[in-house]
Amino acid sequence: MNLVKKISEEIHKISQHPWVIMEICGGQTHSIMKYNIEEFLPEGIRLVHGPGCPVCVTPLELIDKAIHLASRDDVIFTSFGDMLRVPGSESDLLRVKAEGGDVRMVYSPLDAVRIAEENPEKKIVFFAVGFETTAPANAFSVLEAKRRNLKNYSLLSSHVLVPPAIRAILSSPDSSIQAFLAAGHVCTVMGYEEYIPITREFNVPIVITGFEPVDILQGILASIKLLEKGKVQVDNQYSRVVTLKGNQAAQGALKEVFKVIDRKWRGIGNIPQSGFALTDNYSEFDAEKIFRLESIEKMESPLCIAGEVLQGMKEPPECPAFGKECSPENPLGAPMVSSEGACAAYFHYKKRVTKMN
Amino acid sequence: MNISCPVPITNYDKITLAHGGGGSLSNQLIEKMFLKELGNTYLNEAHDGAIFNLPGKLAISTDSFVVNPIFFPGGNIGDLAVHGTVNDVVCCGAIPKFLSLALILEEGFLMKELWLIIQTIGKAAREAGVQIITGDTKVVDKGKGDKIFINTTGIGTIPEGINISPANCSPGDLILINGNIADHGVAIMSSREGLEFETSIQSDTAALNDLAGSIFSVTKEIHVLRDPTRGGLASSLNEIAKSSGTGIEISEKRIPILEEVKGACEILGLDPLYIANEGKMLVFVPEKYGDAVLEAMKAHPRGKESAIIGQVDSQSPGIVRMKTGIGSTRIVDMISGEQLPRIC
Repeated sequence: MNLVKKISEEIHKISQHPWVIMEICGGQTHSIMKYNIEEFLPEGIRLVHGPGCPVCVTPLELIDKAIHLASRDDVIFTSFGDMLRVPGSESDLLRVKAEGGDVRMVYSPLDAVRIAEENPEKKIVFFAVGFETTAPANAFSVLEAKRRNLKNYSLLSSHVLVPPAIRAILSSPDSSIQAFLAAGHVCTVMGYEEYIPITREFNVPIVITGFEPVDILQGILASIKLLEKGKVQVDNQYSRVVTLKGNQAAQGALKEVFKVIDRKWRGIGNIPQSGFALTDNYSEFDAEKIFRLESIEKMESPLCIAGEVLQGMKEPPECPAFGKECSPENPLGAPMVSSEGACAAYFHYKKRVTKMN
Repeated sequence: MNISCPVPITNYDKITLAHGGGGSLSNQLIEKMFLKELGNTYLNEAHDGAIFNLPGKLAISTDSFVVNPIFFPGGNIGDLAVHGTVNDVVCCGAIPKFLSLALILEEGFLMKELWLIIQTIGKAAREAGVQIITGDTKVVDKGKGDKIFINTTGIGTIPEGINISPANCSPGDLILINGNIADHGVAIMSSREGLEFETSIQSDTAALNDLAGSIFSVTKEIHVLRDPTRGGLASSLNEIAKSSGTGIEISEKRIPILEEVKGACEILGLDPLYIANEGKMLVFVPEKYGDAVLEAMKAHPRGKESAIIGQVDSQSPGIVRMKTGIGSTRIVDMISGEQLPRIC
């Protein structure tokens, strides 16, 4: 019998109660949709999709700042691919590119450093977006730019951190989440020590989980086991990669380059101590300081319920704009853009499921 | 291909605006390069167009080629310009006969690269059994083009008794493909500037008229042929499901794909179902012919990895479903825009 079926049967066997489990990471949301994992779960088990898509939670103001920078003649704006289509308040980076802005998609911030070296007459800005997973590579790019003595490289930083987001979700009086699947790759970098106090404080089990369908099912099985037994602890399903302490070299680079600050999350609002910004020692690489970008308050589309979706309070199809005013071709909110956003994942893989059966 | 064959034009090593101006340099280009490599009775007449007879029902298709980079593992823009249009004509159920060839060159384009591409076009056309019977060359200012753009139009004759159309797609039809998906797109990406990665993946660019011949020798009752180029397998299947109002179910496990391609897609955050192919064909046949057609395809050099990947049904009209590798079912949607790589 195949492994998926075996785990699925075990989940059915041990589930005595309905449970609500949130997968925090957008990569897991994508996998759950792509493999229709819910098909293997009993009726009472509900998966709620968390805010772990960095594209989705990057605040509108920052997208507008990116668009502003990318429009400047003296700037080459570099970014990962899926930030390019995220709607700002009036435009997006792909449109800026079409209008003549020098916007380049890169696969690594080190490519952006290379572009900086090759174009000394231009200012190269890298849109440093992501969770703890992508932050070390971005930190290394700053260290590398410093080592090469480059004066024309900077980060527009929008790094976010997972544990404060879990705390924010659990602190909300509307939260119905009973267990978390934590993001395996984030924990590969950071370890899972910092999750232990969260389980105690909020009385929820957390299972560090990988991304393959079998990983996710194992993570769900482990969560249900803990829930059924009333145990509150951190389990590590992804032990082939994740250790308690994580990757020390990566953490060292993070500590050197970044400091923890309060950050605004798109759709959710300000979360204390939930992001990284460049430390004062590295402020010469901080695009917000170099270009003196002023903060502008912007309004989200009134139709978009991204905030509730990102906190797992509503499912994408509950949004009145879902599939109507808002689609991947014309997204109102970021979760409809990235393949890891809950709305886009629903749209691509599930929008017509009801018709199908 | 004899790529050591010397460039026939030696007094200019780069294309100038005058090469598209219609004067003596244009003529030199036509005579020494195009006619030398591509010449035939129609083209040699150097008329404004070609005049010809073809019997029966005809099919025509046109396509423009702007691939970047122009040289890639497994081929170049010249192969694509012949194969792409030949295959579109084939997918109309026709036997391709003639091609037109229009080049838009950027000033400063290297003569030796043009010669390499023209030789490739000549070789690809000869192999596919088509003649290039009319053409045009324009040169644009430097910076106004990107080295070379090519347009080809193909004409073919449809044999008696063959009727290929997406509207023919019927419940029960088996869906076959002649080999591994996503090779072309991944080969292109692997050689794109800023993204180069070490790989042995080659573009699958190939003309499929001979393979189609083998298929029709089994039965003329083929319902649909489609070459899943831009947008990949998923987009082609969605188009067919929508235009015929049928449902399609494919099986992830049965779709042939190289491990290396799968791995590259995973790293780049792309779904191979949406990646371009240039030598692949989807074949929809009534169930009773499935095995015989599969056998004929496998016996052909362009179809060794052929497989039956799915079936048409009347569940979920207009929707493509996939049995995933782990046994669940999900929708395979049309892609919106271009696939953009994920962050993590």
